[in-house]
Amino acid sequence: MKPLTSRSKSVSNKTMTMIERLYLPAIIKGMVITLGHFFKKKVTIKYPEQTRPFSPVFRGLHVLRRDAMGAERCTACGLCAVACPAEAITMDAAERKAGEEHLYREEKYAQRYEINMLRCIFCGLCEEACPKEAIFLTDRILPAGTTRDGFIWGKDRLVESPTQRIDISKRHFYYKDGK
Amino acid sequence: MTPFISFITIKVILASIVFIITLTIGMYSTLAERKFAAFFQDRLGPNRAGPFGLLQPLADGIKFFFKEEFIPANADKALFILGPCIAMIMSCMSGAVIPWGGNLTIFGHSISLQITDLNIGVLYIFAVVSLGVYGVILGGWASNNKFALLSAIRASSQMISYELAMGLALIALVMTTGTLSLSEIVRGQAGGHWNVIYQPVGFLIFMICAFAETNRTPFDLPECEAELIGGYHTEYSSMKLGFYLFAEYINMFVASAVMSTLYFGGYQFPGISHLGLPSNIVTLAGSAFLFFKIFGFIFLFMWVRWTVPRFRYDQLMRLGWNVLLPLSMINLIVTGAVLVLR
Repeated sequence: MKPLTSRSKSVSNKTMTMIERLYLPAIIKGMVITLGHFFKKKVTIKYPEQTRPFSPVFRGLHVLRRDAMGAERCTACGLCAVACPAEAITMDAAERKAGEEHLYREEKYAQRYEINMLRCIFCGLCEEACPKEAIFLTDRILPAGTTRDGFIWGKDRLVESPTQRIDISKRHFYYKDGK
Repeated sequence: MTPFISFITIKVILASIVFIITLTIGMYSTLAERKFAAFFQDRLGPNRAGPFGLLQPLADGIKFFFKEEFIPANADKALFILGPCIAMIMSCMSGAVIPWGGNLTIFGHSISLQITDLNIGVLYIFAVVSLGVYGVILGGWASNNKFALLSAIRASSQMISYELAMGLALIALVMTTGTLSLSEIVRGQAGGHWNVIYQPVGFLIFMICAFAETNRTPFDLPECEAELIGGYHTEYSSMKLGFYLFAEYINMFVASAVMSTLYFGGYQFPGISHLGLPSNIVTLAGSAFLFFKIFGFIFLFMWVRWTVPRFRYDQLMRLGWNVLLPLSMINLIVTGAVLVLR
């Protein structure tokens, strides 16, 4: 009969030979195989000390960026919230007062900007939608938490600090390269 | 110091040393098991507690002590506590008759590195090993849990079945050596005349039975930790469970020591007498050789465990009664015939 696939095996019901019935040669054969694995290189990555490099297209934790002067780029236009398929982003806009020019780049800014990390699916549509290059997904991992409220990230955790900038250059953006 | 007091002191010191070594090896066998299991499966194993995970047994022990100690309702409380105690005591007792080395000469005293040289050492080990079954069956019975009881019955029937073949294999050994004293059996194996050469089939039977007696894979039906409930110690928690698990590792150590002593020359190593070393050095080197052999057997136990899957219960019983028992009887008859005709 012609086999249906190339991987099919024929099954026989033959009685075992004396050597097979002894069972010991089979055990020794198996033990040789396991001993081979004993000395093999281990595949484990010791996580906190060693990390696997992420793919350049990996989409991790978000960051709200500042411009070269240290002012927030976000103008609370709401395009990211509209683009978000998981409806994870909420924001309240406010008008910039006189004397706040070093804090916010444009006249309008996000007074409140929250991402519910439990809703977020890390699709990256927010950074695609953003006209001001304010929000980016980075190569960082969302930390674990114990409360639901702890997963709603506000501006205190999303906006990068003016002194310690988050490096986004490792990301590879297909749509911005025009590919 | 009277000879009697010095005798008692030396024996107490020796017994404590053997006890401590037994417990330490039992402790680190748990780590070795987990490490080897990992290596056989291309993993690393526990490596967080201390360097290379060396403090892991300590962490496990502390965890066992801090767990809730639960005794089921309507359990027979006295027997429930007695079970793990018997399992632990019996596994530690066998070490008393094993010759851990030759004679040490310290300040003119000649000290034998065997706690007691019983002239029926082989029988003593057998008696102690058979008593170990009581720990299992009492634990299962006192739990007031039908599954634990079933497992205990399963375990004890397995242990009793394999003890028969083990005993017959040993009788053939005793026939060739002509003594029941372990120290004389070891002395008779000097110069590389290891008993395994004269009794290969007997050794094979003895080893398979030792696997069954210590409830190791492929005979770990009493536990079935991978897919069934825990077995006879289902209802146990805290350090009482720890005692059962610990006793198993000590049993493995003792079984390895007995196998090395009976079949692999104990502390004897071929060629050591020709090197002309001082007698104390020879004795200590002999003990080191013995432990080397023991560790080899412990590794074999673990190697088999992570290679061979478990027997089905009917296969287990068929192997014990239909294969090993007749085989050991044939071995006995052949040994007897050779001894008579020689």
